[in-house]
Amino acid sequence: MKKVKADPKGVLTGSHYMDGDFALAEGGLAAGCRFFGGYPITPSTETAERFSERIPMVGGVFIQMEDELASIISMIGAVWGGKKAMTVTSGPGFSLMMENIGLAAITETPLVIANVQRGGPSTGLPTLPGQQDMMQARWGSHGDYNIIALSPDSPQECFDLTIKAFNLSEIYRVPVFIMTDECIGHMHEKVVIPPAEEIEVVERKWYTGPKDKYLPFKLDKDGIPFMVKAGDGYRFHITGLTHDERGYPLLNSKAQDIKVRHIVDKINDNADKIIILEEEDIDGADIVVISYGITSRVAFRAVQTARKAGIKVGTIRLITVWPFPEKLINKLAKKVKAFVFPEINYGQMVREVERSSAGQTKVFPVHHCGGGVHNPDDIFKVIKEAAK
Amino acid sequence: MKKEEQNDARNPIEGLLRMDRMPHIWCPGCGIGTVVTSFAEAVKKNNEDLNKLTVVSGIGCTGRVAGYVKLDSFHTTHGRAIPFATGLKLANPDIKVVVFSGDGDLAGIGGNHLIHAARRNMDILVICVNNFNYAMTGGQVAATTPKGANASTAPYGNFENAFSLPYLVDAAGATYVARWTCLHLRRVTKSIQEALNHRGFSFIEVITPCVTLYARRNRLGDGLNLLKYYYDNSEIQHGADTKTLDIDYQGKLIVGKFIDKEKPTFLDAMDTHLNEVIGDDYQLYGRLNDD
Ligand SMILES: Cc1ncc(C[n+]2csc(CCOP(=O)(O)OP(=O)(O)O)c2C)c(N)n1
Ligand code: SF4
Ligand SMILES: [Mg+2]
Repeated sequence: MKKVKADPKGVLTGSHYMDGDFALAEGGLAAGCRFFGGYPITPSTETAERFSERIPMVGGVFIQMEDELASIISMIGAVWGGKKAMTVTSGPGFSLMMENIGLAAITETPLVIANVQRGGPSTGLPTLPGQQDMMQARWGSHGDYNIIALSPDSPQECFDLTIKAFNLSEIYRVPVFIMTDECIGHMHEKVVIPPAEEIEVVERKWYTGPKDKYLPFKLDKDGIPFMVKAGDGYRFHITGLTHDERGYPLLNSKAQDIKVRHIVDKINDNADKIIILEEEDIDGADIVVISYGITSRVAFRAVQTARKAGIKVGTIRLITVWPFPEKLINKLAKKVKAFVFPEINYGQMVREVERSSAGQTKVFPVHHCGGGVHNPDDIFKVIKEAAK
Repeated sequence: MKKEEQNDARNPIEGLLRMDRMPHIWCPGCGIGTVVTSFAEAVKKNNEDLNKLTVVSGIGCTGRVAGYVKLDSFHTTHGRAIPFATGLKLANPDIKVVVFSGDGDLAGIGGNHLIHAARRNMDILVICVNNFNYAMTGGQVAATTPKGANASTAPYGNFENAFSLPYLVDAAGATYVARWTCLHLRRVTKSIQEALNHRGFSFIEVITPCVTLYARRNRLGDGLNLLKYYYDNSEIQHGADTKTLDIDYQGKLIVGKFIDKEKPTFLDAMDTHLNEVIGDDYQLYGRLNDD
């Protein structure tokens, strides 16, 4: 992995007051993103607007494509043309992107997509928050594959995690999603952008060996193949069909087995390195409240109330939502009385907690079907019940 | 003769093909291979830098072309070759990008991308193999199937109107538009040569026989019969009004070069405009390589 300092051209060093959507764009620019294939959709549009305004001074391209089918695949094209690429969307657009997320997965194309979630399904609640695309992020395209997803809880984290997302996408050659929501996207807060020399950026894993020896999908020692770009004389082939090391189609169950295991396991095997989360007061806790994104800010209030009421509550804030920290949850499930998991959906990531707990403890979801955030009292009530 | 020369003499396009992927999947008598031959000839005659030439395909029998050319080549998803090519070209303006795909891929599922790339005058060349049906999936009706023709999902004959592709892309803003049949090998080659040197959105429709499905289902005979139909019914009309190019079932085929004009490409327009409006702070992008 080659780390370099960020290109100062893209880094707007200073202390700013900006919303999460703008911070996503600034994070992308700081990470070296120089191609943005966009399509407007509330509540994510401001990111595309910001990028279109800033990129002419940085050097790169913004293009508003004709739809999200086009925006995602234009990014895949741009990545194989040598650029780092991102886009931003919300539920309906995310749905349109699904087929080509699979193409990115099987061709191991690094790219970053931010989903500023709104209430769904369908057109749902365009201007109101949701966390209802969390399972779609993991499983939305057909077939077996894997991805990484991060969930910021503030505009500052929108900036920080976008850089992180780009770095992870390059390290593992995988699509990385930033699963934020309307609240964080439109929330204005202080965002500190450090000087370029303090921002670490992971370079693409460029191949440097002899041209005629290049095999696009031959795994390197770290399990990740090297990349090249079009126009450099490798005359390579990339396909969405199941393929061999040369990138040539190979349509049989053996080749399929190798391919599928590789694109799934490269993330699972490195989960410990990829997962970031915040724990608080876990030791000796009876109840552990798990949350992510905007909901963790709301849950915080409920946790304070519960502690005042004498309940021993610990918290876990998931920053990486996929891969899910199943080992940690499994370990904790042996110790705690119950998990409480508020999220703005009718039960999505909580299934992972149930799966990881494997019946060793009780799991209490706190549902909110979208259109707002939880009332902290509703979370508190569930904590109280769980502690009984 | 040296061995390499012998190879060359045997097959002049071998250098451009992935011989390690032969034999190809196309049926005997299929027209797609002849279009690839024309492409290879054009590339050779133009002396194109093979390291700077890329092919992007969607999905279909024609979509397999990307897998057979020994260039940087991308076999993408059904309908999405053009927006992939758009991203590739914009990321790396240095390379020439050719989209090689079928009528269903480009004008059916991918029709929206086709008109938008033409509207933007995106600097890519689109070679559309029109065999009047969705061949790879078994001969279903397409947006290009002539009225009256039979298809597996139009078993009583097609009653929908068909796209006239040159008219469509002309209206959308394409700056180079030609139509040939795969009988016109030399003309196809020449058009590809011209289009490879054309700055802007170029579109070449090549009408080709799908002997196995379209021809068989419509009892049109074998490849030779179809070529004879092309021979008897095609009429070269360079510069013809693209409004007049509809294709009736087994009817007249007006072919030729219809449009060849200059207009700023997407990147030219972006650079000129942003430079004008923003001034010195603008980081020249598209023309960086011409400095
Ligand atoms: C999203 C999606 N829908 C449907 C298909 C199935 N499919 C594969 S090729 C094809 C039609 C191809 O027709 P055309 O582009 O005309 O190519 P041809 O085979 O005729 O050369 C279809 C419908 C697919 N691969 N992907
Ligand atoms: S099915 Fe038709 S288009 Fe496909 S290879 Fe055979 S003849 Fe060609
Ligand atoms: Mg076809």
